Amino acid sequence: MAAIRTKPDPQIYTFPGFGTDKYPNLMLRGAGDLDNWHLKVYEQKHEGYVAMKAALKLEPVAVVEEMKASGIRGRGGAGFPCGLKWSFMPKDTPERKFTRYLVCNGDEGEPGTFKDRAILEYNPHQLIEGMIIGGWAMQCKLGFVYIRGEFLWLIEKLEAALQQARDAGYLGKNILGTGWDYDILVYRGAGAYICGEETALLNSLEGRRGEPRVKPPFPAAKGAFGQPTTVNNVETLAAVPPILRMGGAEYAKLGTPKNTGTRIFGVSGHVKRPGLFELPLGTPMDFVVNELAGGSSTGKKIKAIIPGGASAPMFDEKDFDCPLDFDTVKARGSMAGSGGLICMDEDTCMVQATLRLIRFYAHESCGQCTPCREGCNWMEMVLYRIEHGEGRMEDLDLLASLTPRIGLRTLCPLGDAACGPMDSALQKFRHEFEHHITHKTCYATGSRLLSGVGAH
Amino acid sequence: MNHPLPPDTVNEPMAPGLRLPESERKEFSPEALAEIQAIMAKFPDKLAATLPALHIAQREFGFVSLAAMKAVAKAIGIPEGHVFGVATFYTMYQKAPVGKFHFSVCTNISCALRGAAQLLEKVCEKTGVKPGQGPSADGLWSVEEVECLAGCGSGPCVQVNHNVYDEFVDEQKLIEVMEACKRGDYRPWAN
Repeated sequence: MAAIRTKPDPQIYTFPGFGTDKYPNLMLRGAGDLDNWHLKVYEQKHEGYVAMKAALKLEPVAVVEEMKASGIRGRGGAGFPCGLKWSFMPKDTPERKFTRYLVCNGDEGEPGTFKDRAILEYNPHQLIEGMIIGGWAMQCKLGFVYIRGEFLWLIEKLEAALQQARDAGYLGKNILGTGWDYDILVYRGAGAYICGEETALLNSLEGRRGEPRVKPPFPAAKGAFGQPTTVNNVETLAAVPPILRMGGAEYAKLGTPKNTGTRIFGVSGHVKRPGLFELPLGTPMDFVVNELAGGSSTGKKIKAIIPGGASAPMFDEKDFDCPLDFDTVKARGSMAGSGGLICMDEDTCMVQATLRLIRFYAHESCGQCTPCREGCNWMEMVLYRIEHGEGRMEDLDLLASLTPRIGLRTLCPLGDAACGPMDSALQKFRHEFEHHITHKTCYATGSRLLSGVGAH
Repeated sequence: MNHPLPPDTVNEPMAPGLRLPESERKEFSPEALAEIQAIMAKFPDKLAATLPALHIAQREFGFVSLAAMKAVAKAIGIPEGHVFGVATFYTMYQKAPVGKFHFSVCTNISCALRGAAQLLEKVCEKTGVKPGQGPSADGLWSVEEVECLAGCGSGPCVQVNHNVYDEFVDEQKLIEVMEACKRGDYRPWAN
């Protein structure tokens, strides 16, 4: 076992007023403190395992009810109500006993998203506690944490934290005298963005290629190793202990009525203070970008913001006041996704930015569905020639005609995700594409986003 | 209608017609086999050991060669074709030899907005290798352009072997990192 990383990171995790009633600190407790991953510190400083001990005294169904009352929606991207998801798991009957699994999705690969990493780095026990409570609520036999392969040091940290929990008797046989056996296993991915999709993740967890499955059957019926499974994001599971501590009804008062609670927004790109900010849902985007992240770092106005990780369609200036909750962002034509805000200033060439994003999707498409496999490559090629001064005006119509043939025609949302940035960039910054075609050079004057040494 | 220009696909490791490089090693060590057995016993299905076993193979063999894939298939008792499919699906399994210090530079959007493209060029200039071209003549350096490493807030983000550098890496920092590698202050590859 290698040494636990002790290098501090330069991220910003806090802001004035953080930790007060207005901006409660539920998920980023102790972020920045490198000793915080120890069980002792978590128990002493952050009410650690209090919620778990209380939950194990409740009936499992009561815990699910509490989660339903909290109204928390999945933090991974789709925003599906978590309590409802938990209630889909089949219950044991006298005739049939089920082997149920809980899977934590830690395959954080969405460009612009770096929240799960902070939880794993500074607060792994909160995730473990959440997974024990979830495991109890659904009476699971095993929990799996699937973590992307690049996070090797976080995997080692989590393994060490799990061992501490085992030693304390929170995992293993007959946990705290309940007669319930449960353990958590860590599984290391190997570099595939698609494994963030829940059924692709399950395939990968089974040791297969990370290709999304045909649904139905949904994971609640037939998931990991053919058994009923629930897949939750790291942030969702880490929110479980605070929910049980404060009570579902109290948690539901945070945020807005249909978008309850807090979530971690990651701000990156052209801002003065990039970092992670935990805020109640419904906080306006311009407040996050201008007040907390300090506004533009380049002195130029911010031109475009991607509100929910790279898959979300871009917003231009007129939508910068959008409250960041699932429903409003969707109503404005984008998606709240994973909560990663990517800010681009006026000097950013949108053709290059779009090409970089589409290249990502073309590279990460698993290749199962033709529309996504071929379509993303075509979009990349067309954008490539526009960027290299060989574009034609009809290419813009070609691009616009490609997206409806990819979106909603694939097994998983990767194809739709590629269409989001493409469509929105073309609608909102069409003049930049036209300028590229007519002048064979960028409309914007910023530094290049694409390297000259060849793609991978 | 003319076909659009193909993007740069030179040195694609899995380009058609290219054969996978072979490794000197052909078999797992007994310790590695025991490790794989332990993983097989932990999970509900032995197939689940495929990905961890390939990670172990990469550590033992230096990279995931055809022989490594065959050894994994034999160790777990699964078809070789399955292992080949898995090994070629995931990008973290290196199908060709890499340098002692393998640089993974994220050039995705958040890092690109903070100069990742320029940083990648600097890395290539200083190490004398290009992405996907295998290790430098002295066997020290290799470079790979990778997708998001989840260091978006403090990018550009670079990983050297499995050490992550995400503190706004610039040219100065890059020189420091390379010096640290030469001093031996690094984590070995393929861990």
